[in-house]
Amino acid sequence: MDLLHVKRVYKSYAEHKALHNVSLHVKEQSIFGLLGPNGAGKTTLIRIINQITGPDKGEVLFLKEKLAPKHIAQIGYLPEERGLYKKMKVGEQALYLAQLKGMNKAEAKQKLKYWFEKFEIDGWWDKKIEELSKGMAQKVQFITTVLHEPKLLILDEPFSGFDPINTNLIKKEILELRDKGSTIVFSTHNMESVEEICDDIALINKSRKILDGKVIDIKEQYKSNIFEIVFVGNMIAFSTALWTAFQILEKKQVDNRIHVKIRANKTSDVNELLQVIVSKVQVISVHELTPSMNDIFIQKVQEVMPETLEKEAVDE
Amino acid sequence: MNKIKLIIAREYLTRVKKKSFILMTLLGPILMAGLMIVPIWLATKDKDLQRIEVIDETGMFINMFDNTSELQFKDGFRSIKKAKADLYTGNYTAILHIESVEKGSEVTMFYKKQPGITTISKIERTIESVIRSAEIQRRFKVSKEQISEIQPNITVKPISIDAEGDEESKNVAIMTGIGFFAAILIYFFIFMYGIQIMRGVIEEKTSRIVEIIISSVKPFELMMGKIIGIALVGLTQFLLWSILTSIIYSIIMGVFGVDAGSMSQSTEMMKEAGMPDVSNPLQLVNDGIASLPILQIFVSFLFYFIGGYLLYGALLAAIGSAVDSEADTQQFMLPITIPLIFSFVVAQTVVENPDGSMAFWLSLCPLTSPIIMMVRIPFGGVAAWELILSMVLLILGFLGTTWIAAKIYRTGILMYGKKITYKELWKWLFYKG
Repeated sequence: MDLLHVKRVYKSYAEHKALHNVSLHVKEQSIFGLLGPNGAGKTTLIRIINQITGPDKGEVLFLKEKLAPKHIAQIGYLPEERGLYKKMKVGEQALYLAQLKGMNKAEAKQKLKYWFEKFEIDGWWDKKIEELSKGMAQKVQFITTVLHEPKLLILDEPFSGFDPINTNLIKKEILELRDKGSTIVFSTHNMESVEEICDDIALINKSRKILDGKVIDIKEQYKSNIFEIVFVGNMIAFSTALWTAFQILEKKQVDNRIHVKIRANKTSDVNELLQVIVSKVQVISVHELTPSMNDIFIQKVQEVMPETLEKEAVDE
Repeated sequence: MNKIKLIIAREYLTRVKKKSFILMTLLGPILMAGLMIVPIWLATKDKDLQRIEVIDETGMFINMFDNTSELQFKDGFRSIKKAKADLYTGNYTAILHIESVEKGSEVTMFYKKQPGITTISKIERTIESVIRSAEIQRRFKVSKEQISEIQPNITVKPISIDAEGDEESKNVAIMTGIGFFAAILIYFFIFMYGIQIMRGVIEEKTSRIVEIIISSVKPFELMMGKIIGIALVGLTQFLLWSILTSIIYSIIMGVFGVDAGSMSQSTEMMKEAGMPDVSNPLQLVNDGIASLPILQIFVSFLFYFIGGYLLYGALLAAIGSAVDSEADTQQFMLPITIPLIFSFVVAQTVVENPDGSMAFWLSLCPLTSPIIMMVRIPFGGVAAWELILSMVLLILGFLGTTWIAAKIYRTGILMYGKKITYKELWKWLFYKG
């Protein structure tokens, strides 16, 4: 079932179109990657889901209900630009933010204790945010985002500002939260993390959705049947073994090994090819070169608006 | 509604717990008390007891000088030479030597402690009146009692008559004093705490926490929570100030032996400090205060105090939301500070003519009425309909500025890194939620 259904949303600011007919389905208990270059409209979409601003046209459904202020308590939001009151104490501040999300004080205190212990920051309760390092403040902010156990977590670039150790910690938490039942919408430029943890993605560019679906399906759809074969032996023997279903894209020799990139018409052809060549050359490895999410992202964005990619204005 | 309470509580508590707040709250009354006490203290210091030995060679002035709290006269039946020789060893601080009462003759005063100009003129008046009375007795053969019977004792009492024919006596100095005092308080309250609203908004915006908060509450709730929370901080500070000031004041007055009760009100203070030589200042002040519409002044002070703050506070919140740092606020601050400073300056003219047409119009305009109306009210010339109209306009005024501010605010707080122009602000007014 869809936890979140964005239905044909339009939004513009004065002359600037921020979102144009954008629809999304976010399944319950999944991790949804919201991708797109700067200024594509991601932040606007996130703000609409957070009810910070409203759509001009279209609607957003939360568990089949029209998004309303009562849903605020079920959403947790980590904005890209992190921020807390610098002069306020960590504990007080976390309590305040939890209460704004509708938690009562005692409950919030108890949960904060649990999280502070989990993140090993229990000594920070009475410290002011300005006394903490950036990474430390980020941990506090992450806790305040998830504290009220929201059904929907919206994380805008959650890994920025964390060192690799803490990135892993947060990654683990995100997966754990999903397994416990949370749904996560997660906006990022970090394609590696998309491949690693996202179930589905949507790519937004120039205020329109240009691609969406399961990560596996998208990769399948964008693969180009290119294989790299490494072998030891005679190149001529190898090439004569090929038939018209193949096209050599690239070849190079490293020491006595020959690396060849070929494009096949379909995957099953490669199997047949191998049967022919194993008797002629010594095959070291064969693998399919699948496009990374990064490649797909760039390809997709450039194919729509190749000339404007670099000069996107930051006007979300 | 519950969330707005949380916001108010946070705005209030974080400010009240600040060291600077506690420091200002403690120092304020000391400064204020100092401001009031120093002139009085200087005055009382000056009025230290003068003990004057009267060497009267004419025999006319025995027991003729009235003793007061500052002046004591004693007839010294000895030669001036002896008295002078004793001045530095004896109790007296000065010697009054009356040799002759011929027309134009001089009476000398030898002193070790400089007598004030009022002491000297009092002595002159007594001597003249004794001589005059003796001359009248001699020439017209009347007794001393008869002279005191015809002694006039006159003061001028201004009384206003309103259209219904009701008469009221007034004291212009006190009315001016109260009006100005109230206007100054309102002026400072708007400035001090209005700027705090603006700073608070800028702080939330630059620290980016605003985005988290408005994902939980409406921008309007956040703005109103801040404005109300800071208003409560201001009211708390003023309340503590007046309590502390009166405590400090009565303690010090007790130490200086001045009747604290009669002094506790600042207007009386001003009176006392400004005109120390009225024969009975307390009576005058009490009469003056009794003649004022106290309840009306108090209620309208609270109203204009809060109304003016809300009106300007909302605008300052809007400015805070539109800029990225305090340095950028200048261009927007000007149109807001101008009416405020203008009304403060014009207040001097309004006092001269509290029922004139300028006073009338400015006390209706919501941008100037909090100050101008407060200057006018103590004079009692403000008709009920004027006051009600002015209050209604002020309410409409702050509803209007709040509406405008809310529109600018909700767009402004999420807008970063742009130099905002008036044209831009104007556009924001018409953005849809």
